[in-house]
Amino acid sequence: MSAQVIVFFILAAVAVLGAVSLIVQRHPIRSALSLIVVMVALAGLYLLQGSELVAAVQIIVYAGAIMVLFVFVIMLLNAGEEERTNVSRMARYVGLPLGFFLMLQLAWWVGRGTKGMATAASSSPAMTRNLSKLLFTDFLLPFELTSILILVAILGAVVLAKREN
Amino acid sequence: MVPSSYYLVLSAVLFGLGVVAFMFKRNIITIFMSIELMLNAVNLAFVTFSRHLGNLNGQVFVFFVIVVAAAEAAVGLAIIILIAKHRQSLNVERVDLLKL
Repeated sequence: MSAQVIVFFILAAVAVLGAVSLIVQRHPIRSALSLIVVMVALAGLYLLQGSELVAAVQIIVYAGAIMVLFVFVIMLLNAGEEERTNVSRMARYVGLPLGFFLMLQLAWWVGRGTKGMATAASSSPAMTRNLSKLLFTDFLLPFELTSILILVAILGAVVLAKREN
Repeated sequence: MVPSSYYLVLSAVLFGLGVVAFMFKRNIITIFMSIELMLNAVNLAFVTFSRHLGNLNGQVFVFFVIVVAAAEAAVGLAIIILIAKHRQSLNVERVDLLKL
């Protein structure tokens, strides 16, 4: 096994353990911190694949901005532990195994379907430049549309938060 | 080099765990976070295919997914704050007015 494969397995184990921890933890703030672990591990995987810009954006926007928003709302609402409900017995004994069965099926068929895929060539050093060029030429219209989307989201959030007055 | 299929299997596993979390968590904020987990899994598949096919379009789409996730988080969390104020609870089982 080369060093890259070992690094891949370490990061993949961290990501999967973080995702399992998100399910197992009952307190939302612990789930949020587990999700941050998953996102940082994924940023490492992006770096391993040679896409530095995506890794940086993943850390800055996802782990930095979006998750801070989540943690902020959890603290603002003073959210406590999840309540246990009496219907969740069936969920635990029937639903949870079926859910994990779905996950294993998905992984199994994706693994089978992509088994023969050859390893791709390594990335070019000027990837970030090419990516930026692509974003501001071919994808200029979608890029501008996302700015409108962000504007609408800001307005929506403000309107929703102000409604009670 | 790590084979592309490893990344895709990891992406499928993370997506499946996101689905499981979406189904089993009772806290509305945690359910929202499991959606983010699924979006992250899809982003990993996008980057993997982008590298595999030598085409950068997939990575541009990752940026769009991240932007949409950010907008979704802003609006969704505002809605969650409203629900928490109205119902005094974050449990989804208390928010079932649309249920038959």
